[in-house]
Amino acid sequence: MLSIQYEHIPGTGGEPGESVIEMCGIIGVIDRSRQRMDGTGIRAALSRMDERGSGEGAGYAAYGAFPDLRDYYALHVFFDNPHETKPLVIDELEKWGTIEHQEEIPTYEQPGVRKVHIPWRFFFRPDPRLMPRSTTPEDDIVMYLVMKVNTSIPGALVYASGKNVAVFKASGWPEEVADFYRIQDYQGYLWIGHNRYPTNTPGWWGGAHPFNLLNWSVVHNGEITSYGTNRRYIESYGYRCTMYTDTEVVAYLFDLLIRRHGLSIETTVTALAPPFWDEIDRMPFKQQEIVRAIRLAYGPALMNGPFAIVVANHDSMVGFTDRIKLRPLVSGELGNRLYISSEEAAIRTMEPEIETITMPRAGQPIIGRFLQ
Amino acid sequence: MSIGSVPLRYRISVDQDQCMLCERCIESCPYGVFRKEGERIHVNSRVCVACHRCIAMCPRDAITLKERPVDYRSHPLWTPGVREAIYNQARSGKIILSGMGNAQDYPVIFDRLVLDACQVTNPSIDPLREPMELRTYLGKKPNRLEFGEHGRDPVLETTISPNLMLETPIMIGHMSYGAISLNAQQSLARAVTRCGTFMGTGEGGLHESLYPYQDHMIVQVASGRFGVDINYLERGAAIEIKIGQGAKPGIGGHLPGEKVCADVSCTRMIPEGSDAISPAPHHDIYSIEDLKQLVRSLKEATEWKKPVFVKIAAVHNSAAIVAGIARSSADAVVIDGFRGGTGAAPRVFRDHVGIPIEAAVASVDAKLRSQGIRNEVSIIASGGIRESADVAKAIALGADAVYIGTAALVAMGCRVCGTCYKGLCPWGIATQRPDLVARLDPDTASVNVANLIDAWTLELAELMGAAGINSIESLRGNRDRLRGYLLDERIMQVLDVKSVGA
Repeated sequence: MLSIQYEHIPGTGGEPGESVIEMCGIIGVIDRSRQRMDGTGIRAALSRMDERGSGEGAGYAAYGAFPDLRDYYALHVFFDNPHETKPLVIDELEKWGTIEHQEEIPTYEQPGVRKVHIPWRFFFRPDPRLMPRSTTPEDDIVMYLVMKVNTSIPGALVYASGKNVAVFKASGWPEEVADFYRIQDYQGYLWIGHNRYPTNTPGWWGGAHPFNLLNWSVVHNGEITSYGTNRRYIESYGYRCTMYTDTEVVAYLFDLLIRRHGLSIETTVTALAPPFWDEIDRMPFKQQEIVRAIRLAYGPALMNGPFAIVVANHDSMVGFTDRIKLRPLVSGELGNRLYISSEEAAIRTMEPEIETITMPRAGQPIIGRFLQ
Repeated sequence: MSIGSVPLRYRISVDQDQCMLCERCIESCPYGVFRKEGERIHVNSRVCVACHRCIAMCPRDAITLKERPVDYRSHPLWTPGVREAIYNQARSGKIILSGMGNAQDYPVIFDRLVLDACQVTNPSIDPLREPMELRTYLGKKPNRLEFGEHGRDPVLETTISPNLMLETPIMIGHMSYGAISLNAQQSLARAVTRCGTFMGTGEGGLHESLYPYQDHMIVQVASGRFGVDINYLERGAAIEIKIGQGAKPGIGGHLPGEKVCADVSCTRMIPEGSDAISPAPHHDIYSIEDLKQLVRSLKEATEWKKPVFVKIAAVHNSAAIVAGIARSSADAVVIDGFRGGTGAAPRVFRDHVGIPIEAAVASVDAKLRSQGIRNEVSIIASGGIRESADVAKAIALGADAVYIGTAALVAMGCRVCGTCYKGLCPWGIATQRPDLVARLDPDTASVNVANLIDAWTLELAELMGAAGINSIESLRGNRDRLRGYLLDERIMQVLDVKSVGA
C-alpha cells in the first residue's frame, strides 16, 4: 500500500471551523466487523447538526441493507410519474439484463416532506456477455444505464446503483427524511449521512446527498472550485454529469481511479488532494517520483476549493479534506467502529462513550476498512 | 505623379520654447526625422514611424506626435488604410510588408470574457498566506499509472516521458537572432533563467553567448533548418518544430540579406549578406506521417531525452490537426493565434488569415478530450497575450501555458510601431545595426522582462486565489470559471462558456 507522510505546512491544516463559511454537515460510521446497525443512531447524529442545514435536503446511505438480494444491483429511481416513465426505464434495463425484483420504496408521510417524486427500486442483474470487451462488464453496463437513463429519459433519475446499498434522500430536515423512509427499519454495517444547506438546486431531491454510483457513495460539504476541470476530465472517460451539482464528480473520480485504473485508496486521495510541490520536493527520491507522477497523470482530477468528503464502498470508508482544510473533519473510534463527521458533537451523539477523537491534517485521509 | 504624396501618418512638432537644442532627438532617430539648422530643430515628419524614441529621450518633453494630422474624407468602407495600400501597390506592384500583429479591428474575444471570484459559499484563498502553485509541467503525461509492489513499498511501473518544469506558465516565444538583436535575446534569456521558465530561439540558431542559458531555451527547427546541427539540438531544453506562425499562416519566412551580418551568418550557418528564406512547407513534411517521422528523428538524435514541440498557426481546422499531432511522439503543441506578432509578414496574411487563439485553444482542448488524448500533448497558447488576465483566460480555456512575444519586447522599450521589418529599430530590439543594438543594455532589459513575468505571475496567483483555486491544474480547462459578456451564442458554444448571469 502506498503511504504518504504529510509534513505540516505553516498556514494550513488549521482547526476545524476556523473562519470559514460553513454549509452542510456530514457523517459516516463503519463497523469493521460488519456488525449491522439500524438507522436510529445516524438519524440522531445528523439532526444534531441541523445548524449546518436548512431543511431543504438530507440523505443517508446504508451498506448491507439488502442481504437477501445482495448480488443484484439495487437501482434506485425517482419517478415524476411512474406510469409515464417506468416502462421506458424497464425497457432500457431489459435490453441489458434481467430485473429480479422491483418495488416502490415504502415512505411514510411527514409534515415537512412534500413527496414530489415516487422513489422506486429495481434489483437488476446485467448480462455480462453484452459488454464483451470490458474487464468489469457488469459494472460498466450499469454505469452505462445510469448515464443513459439520466440523460435521455426526462422524469426518471437513477440516484443509486450499487449492490446491497440503500440510499434514502429527499428534501427536508434529516429527521424528517429519516422518518419519511423509516431508516430505523434498515440495517447496515456502514452508514453515511448528509444534512444539506443548498445554494444550488434547492429542494431538488436529486441534489441531496449521498451521491451514489455503483458501490460508491459520497457525502460532501463544500464547493469544488475545480469542478469545470474535473467534469471535463471525467466526461472524457464516458461519465456524464447529470445532477447539476459538483459532488457527483467525486463519485465518478473514485470509480475511475480505483475501479477502472486499479489505484489504492491512498493513491487516489493523493491524486485528489495532493501535497504541495514544495513538500514533494523535500520528499525522499522514491516517494517524490511517485507523487510527482501522480500529480502529472492525475492533475485534472485534483479537487480544489473548500471541501470535506466521506466516500464509502463495500470495502471501506474514507474521509478527507481539501489541501488546506477549509472545511472541518473529525474522526472518532470506539472498538470496531470508526466515525467521521463535520462535528465532534455529532459523533458523541451517536456514541457517547467515544474514546479517541482525532482531527486529520489537510489532505490526509482517514480510512476505515472491514476486517474481513 | 498621378498619385502624388499621401497625407502624413504622423506629425512631429517641436516646442521651440522648451527645446534646449541638446540634439538627443537627432541622435535617437535612425529614420532621419530631425535635423538642426541654425539654432533650431527642423523635422521631416514624413519618415516618422511613431517609435517614440525621440519622445522618450527628450529631456524637456518638447516633442509631440499627432497621428493622422490630415484626414481623408471619412468613409466606413474606404478607410485610409485601404486607400493607402492601393496607392502603395499601384506604385510598386508588390506585396505589402508589415510588422507586429494583426491590425484589423476584429473584436478581441479575451476582452469579452470575464473571470470568476469566490463570495461566501467558498472562501477565496490569500496567496500571501497560503501556498499557491503555478508550477507547470509541459510534455506527455500518462493516462493512468501502474504500480507494482516491491516488499511493502509501491513501485511505479509507468515510465514518465521527459517534461519541462516551469515555475510559471508564462514563456517567451520564438524570436530569432536575426529578427531581433543579440542583446535582445540575451535579455530574454537572462529573464527566463531568473524566472524559472523558457524561451524559444526562433529559427536563427543558438549564439555561443547564449550557451549559459541553454537549459532554459527551446531550440527551433523550422523549414529553412537554419542553425540546426546536433550541437544545437543537444543544447536545447526542448526542440520545437515550427510548421506555421499566427501572423502568416501557410507561408514561410524571409530574413533580408542586410540583416545577415557576420555573426548572424555564423549562427544561422548561411553566407554573410544572403537572404535567409524559409520555405512555406518543410520540404520533408507533406503529411502528418512525415511530421511524425521528423518528430521521431529529432527524438532519436537526442536519445529521447528532450520533449519535442510542434508549432502551428491557428487555422480553421486546428483541432483535427492537433489531434493528428497528438498521435505522434510530439510532447506539446504550440498554437499561434492570428494576432501573433512577426518581424515581417505580408500585410494581407497578417490581417486576414487564421483564427483567434481563444477559439483555437478551446476547440483543440475539446477535441483532444473527446478523443481521450488530452494527456498526450500539452497545449501552449500564443498570439495576442497582452496581460495576466489573458494568461488566466487562455489557461481556463484549456491551455497548459502561454508564449508571449510582443509583450516581452514592450517590456524592453518596444512601442509597437510595427516597423520591425525595416531593421532600424531605434530601441535596439529588431535590428542588427551595431550602434542601435548597443542601445539595449541586457543588464537593465533583462530585469525589465523578468519583472514583467514576475508581475504577471503575482497577478495570476491573485486571480487564482480569488477564484478559490490554489493549483494551476485546477484552472486549466475550467471554463465554468469564465463567462461570456456580449459574445454571440455560437462563439460561446465553441468556447463552451456560459453567458454572464447564466
